[in-house]
Amino acid sequence: MAKLYSRKKLKTMSPKKETINFLLNYSKALKISTYKKLEFESILN
Amino acid sequence: MNNAEANDAFLVKSYMEGDEQSLSILINRHQQRIYSFIFSKVFDKDIAEDIFQDTFIKVIRTLKRGKYNEEGKFLPWVMRISHNLVIDHFRKNKRMPKFENSGDFNIFSVLCDSGLNAEKQIIKDQIEADVQELIKELPEDQLEVLVMRIYKDMSFKEISERTGVSINTALGRMRYALINLRKVIEKHNLVLTN
Repeated sequence: MAKLYSRKKLKTMSPKKETINFLLNYSKALKISTYKKLEFESILN
Repeated sequence: MNNAEANDAFLVKSYMEGDEQSLSILINRHQQRIYSFIFSKVFDKDIAEDIFQDTFIKVIRTLKRGKYNEEGKFLPWVMRISHNLVIDHFRKNKRMPKFENSGDFNIFSVLCDSGLNAEKQIIKDQIEADVQELIKELPEDQLEVLVMRIYKDMSFKEISERTGVSINTALGRMRYALINLRKVIEKHNLVLTN
């Protein structure tokens, strides 16, 4: 009997949920303030 | 326009204006492609994860700074960042190659840290401090020889010259010093081993 190769699901590759959550939290916490020509980065965590 | 259907340019713009949700959509939309691209170069899940994270940290910082120039090329731009980080990773590895333990050969069977660990170092220091206290119990002449021999690393010839006794007497004093020290240790039931 012929094999149904099309049924075979391709393994998808994605980063871990924790990594995504970390990035979203980092984005929320990161604040960049400017004073004249200076830039300040602060993490509000 | 519904956010989930919005194009990248619109999402980038709204993220730069403070809409955090847009970033979430952008990441979800492209995560698979970017992660797969990184993995196809490094073939290691953990490293791919790290590079993916670093890529988006760069993206977030650039966007928050307002340094990003929207030309409708968000994904190629992110891919370029990840590509550069992959190159950085290989460069770093080339400078400092990582040895992977594989098969029967274990690198730690030939390489070891000969230094004492923290606990053993503390025990050694305590023992040495205890011994320094113990030798104070010795008679003055024996103590003098023992200190010169052990702590000052002088030869018996030098000791005899310094103390004005014969070499044999110095040797005898050293012998008695050790015997007496053992007696003191036994008397107090001390364990002076690491």
